Parts: sequence; C-alpha cells; structure tokens
Amino acid sequence: MSIGQNTLAAPAGSADALSRFEAQYAIHRRNIAISTTLFWTAFAACLVVSGITAKFDVLTLIHGLPRTTEFIVKMIPPIKLETFVDDIAEWYWGIGKWMNSLLNTLLMAYLATVLGTIIGGGLSFLAARNLAPSYAVFWITRRVLEIARTVPDIVWALLFVLAFGIGPMPGVLAITMHTLGAQGKLFAEVNENISPLPSDGVRSAGGNWLQEIRFGVLPQVLPNFMSYTFWRIELNVRSATIVGFVGAGGIGHDLFTSIQLLYFADAGAILLIVISTIMAIDMLSEKYRHRLIGKDTLGR
Amino acid sequence: MNDQLRPMTEADIADERARFPQAFSRSPKELALLWAVWGGGTALTAYCLYRFGFFSGGFTGGMMKFASVVVVQLFPPKGFEQLPTFLMVIGETLAMAFLGTILGAAMAFPLSFLASKNMMPFRPIQFGARRFADLLRSFDYLIWALIFVRAIGLGPLAGIMAIAIVETGTFIKLYSEIIENLDRKQMEGIRASGGNWLQAARFGVLPQVLPMMLSNTLYMFEHNTRSASILGIVGAGGIGFLLSDRLRAYELEEACLIIILVILTVYAIDYLSTILRQRFIRGQAETGKLATHKPSPPAASAGSLRN
Repeated sequence: MSIGQNTLAAPAGSADALSRFEAQYAIHRRNIAISTTLFWTAFAACLVVSGITAKFDVLTLIHGLPRTTEFIVKMIPPIKLETFVDDIAEWYWGIGKWMNSLLNTLLMAYLATVLGTIIGGGLSFLAARNLAPSYAVFWITRRVLEIARTVPDIVWALLFVLAFGIGPMPGVLAITMHTLGAQGKLFAEVNENISPLPSDGVRSAGGNWLQEIRFGVLPQVLPNFMSYTFWRIELNVRSATIVGFVGAGGIGHDLFTSIQLLYFADAGAILLIVISTIMAIDMLSEKYRHRLIGKDTLGR
Repeated sequence: MNDQLRPMTEADIADERARFPQAFSRSPKELALLWAVWGGGTALTAYCLYRFGFFSGGFTGGMMKFASVVVVQLFPPKGFEQLPTFLMVIGETLAMAFLGTILGAAMAFPLSFLASKNMMPFRPIQFGARRFADLLRSFDYLIWALIFVRAIGLGPLAGIMAIAIVETGTFIKLYSEIIENLDRKQMEGIRASGGNWLQAARFGVLPQVLPMMLSNTLYMFEHNTRSASILGIVGAGGIGFLLSDRLRAYELEEACLIIILVILTVYAIDYLSTILRQRFIRGQAETGKLATHKPSPPAASAGSLRN
C-alpha cells in the first residue's frame, strides 16, 4: 500500500496532496523548460558551427541574389506580341537537337528502369530474410544492394564515363546501378512481408525454389513491384536529366554546356522543356499507378 | 462419403472449364492487351539497347575496361595522409546540408499556411502556392546549383542556396499536408474558452503540427546530406568537388577513399536521424504517419518525394 492512496483516503490530507501535486507539476514544468533550452542551445550551436564551416557569408549572398534573379530573367528572351511566333521560333532555334536529347533522356530512364528492375527484382528474392537459400547469400546480397544504392547515380556516372567515354551508355549504366540497389531493397522488404502459406503449399506439393518463387511469392508481390517501378520511372527521368552534367548523355549535357557558355536563352528554353517533361511524367505516372493498382492499395 | 471424394476425371475438368472459363484462362481481349504491353515493352527495351550501342563492341570493350582499369585501380583506397582535409570537407558538406535544410524550412513555414486548404480560404492563393512549390521542386538540386554557381560564384554558398530552394518547395508541400490533416477541435476549444486567433494558433495548432514537421525536417536533412555530397561536382562546395577532381585526374584510389568516407557519413547520419526522430515524436508514432517515412509510394510521405 502506498502513501498516495493513504492520503487520498483521508480528507484531512487533501491540502497536503494538492501541495504535493503542485510540487510535482513544478518539477515537470522545470524539466520541460530545461529540455527546451537544451534543444535550442544545441540547435543554435549547430547553426553557428555550420555557418562557420560552410563559410556562410550574408554579404556575398546579398550581392549574389540579385544576380541570380537577373540570370533567371535573362533566360526568357524578349517576346513581343506582334512577332510572337518568330520570337518563339528564334528562342527554340535548337528544338530539333533538344527534342532528340529529350528522347534520349526518356529512353535512358526507361532502359535503366527496366534493367535495374529486372536485376534488382531477381536479387530481391535472395535479399529477403524469409526466402534466401542461405544466410550468407542473404548477407552478401544485402551489402551489394546497399553499395549500389548508397553511391549516388552521378558518382556512378563519373566512374562509368571513365571506362565508356562520353555518351548515353554510361548514363544508362549509372542509373541502372542505382535503380537495382534501390529496387532490390524495396522489393526485398515487400518479399519479407508476404504470407508464407502459398509458398509452403508449393513446396509441400514438391516444387523447387524457383517454382516456389514463381507460383507462391510472385503473385503476392507483383502489384507492389509494379507500383514501385512506376514511381522509379519518375525518379529516373529526373536522374537522366542530370547525369549529362558529367558527360553521360541526355538533355543534361545540352543544359550544362549552355549554362557554362552563358547562353542564357538556350538554358531557359531547355529548362522549360525539362520542367514540362518532369511535370507531365509525374502526372501520367500518378494516374496510371492509380489505375493499375487502385487508390486504396497505395499504402496510407 | 467416399464417392464424394472420388478423383477428378478429365471430363470433370472440361465441365468446369465450360462453366467457369475465366477461372482457367483470361479472356481473349485481356490476353491481347497483356501481350501488347509486354511485347511492346520488350521491343522498346531491345530498341533502346540497340540505340545506345549495347550490342556493339563499345559495350563489351567498355565493360572490359571498367573491370580491368576502373575497378582494379579503385582498390586499395589510398591517400590516408589527406584524411584531415577530407574530414574537414565532409564537415563542410554536412554544414551545407544543415543550413540549406534550415533555410528551406524557415522560408517554407509561413508559405505552407498559405498553401493549405483549411488555413487559406482564398483558393487562388492556395493553389498558386502549391504550384509554386511544385515548380521549385521540379528542378534537381544540381540544376539549381549550376545556376547559383554562375550567379554567386564557386563554393558552398551556392550549394546551400540550391538545397534551400528545393527544400522550400518540398517543405511547403509536406507542411501544408500536415496542416491540412490537423484536428480542428483543439483550436475550437481555445476559441470557445475565449482565446484569440494568435492563442488558437499557438496552443491549438502548433502542438499538433510541430512534432510531425520536425520529423519531416530531420528526414529531409538526412536526405540532403546525400545531395550535398554530390553538389560539388558542379562546383557548389562540399566533398563532391574533391571526388570529381580525383576521378577526373584518374587518382582512383583516393577517390575510393572519399567514396568510402561519404558512405560512412551517410550511414552515420541515417542512424542518428532515425534515433532522433523516434525520440522527438515518440507519442505520435501510433498515428501511423511515421511509418510512411520509409521510401514508399504513398502520397503524403517525405520519402515519396525523393528516393
């Protein structure tokens, strides 16, 4: 029996209980105050240290920002209403070349998604704790996927450009590497959440490992795989637009050169192409993702 | 009883097939669509492989060169005498990510109220704020970095600004979704007991949204350390500059050391951020919102915006 129950039972002690509650509450308030102060002090310290390490300079920023706006304004050449068509035509003088680059970019993203999904999807069964043939296989596959995923695609692109030279092929390979790492991990997590009953059934009917995967696992995981893949195409289109910065093909290469050479209008035209493509892909992918698997199955 | 369990005959199967054709095979229309999609996909893949030269000697030659030159030269990692420099620059990278995230969050916080339907009754402004956020988000960090490098000059400041701009867009979207999901009853309670608008915001809204916002911000910081490590490739400061410099100079062993350091840093930040997120928002974990932090397609999670 505790003291608290005693005092509650005795009306004479209620004043005492109240004062003890007040004391407890004061301690509670003080603890909150201390942790809040600690948090903000640590935050401020981080801010100051970061500011010093990254040489954050407000003056440079104030000088630089107007130049950024000027830069962005220069990206849109003067367009007059009376000569509208001609002005647009002049702005988009390189439309043929850029559209070809854009097609390359989209196809790079598509190919890398397909290759990465096939390889990553295959590896995901080895990287799922419940499906891997042995723990060693599971562990090694997980580490391989981790490395493929953690190295950013543009670093893969730098590495592949060294071996393959400039062009879209190293870009495709770089995005493939990143995709297989990411897909492998996500798919493996899907695989680990399946019901074991269907694959148990296949095994008890005499199926081997491959048949177990094909008839016991695949039907359960395919909808999730599809949704991840659609989402991955979206991400890979973004990647494909930037791997060109290091020479790995696509529209990023045109953008990089035009900004480096200070051809503002060209850069603006290309940026407009890039942004409309990305927005269109996002919208399309969302629509089809919903149609394919229904809105309800999309997590939430 | 036994005759009920007699083995099925071919005739039974044929019978069942006639009764339920769809249980045995898909309708011709579905089959045709399936073949068209898979056939088209395969044909497009083959065309892409051909277009990008995967069937040529360039691919096999490149693969040989990649295996024999690049992979072999990467190991063993070298340049440990430069470790202090590398670590300093990794510190700079983290600082860039931190400042960029904070700046982005600070800019997005007021705008996110304009972008949420329940706080901004005037629809055009709400819609405009959302689209503005989409616009900022659609360009990759590297594109913004390229622009800022030309305008502000080489160095970490350009990288900070690139991260801050993209994050402003991301946080407007994330924060406004959090605000739209909030429970109005607490605000109404404060108004009913005589509180003014400001007090309702302070005691009715902030306690609900702040933990989620903090968690999302931490998650994006984690994500931004990855981005900050590559911004240097276009000259916007951080470890990416050293990395691309070493790679272009063919000093692959040193590049390998840098890559290993970056991977270790990313792991460390992931780990720290997960612990912090769990501590900050322990009470909110049951709402299920936090579970969506894993990269996954669901609409409203931070993870769904980037990988």
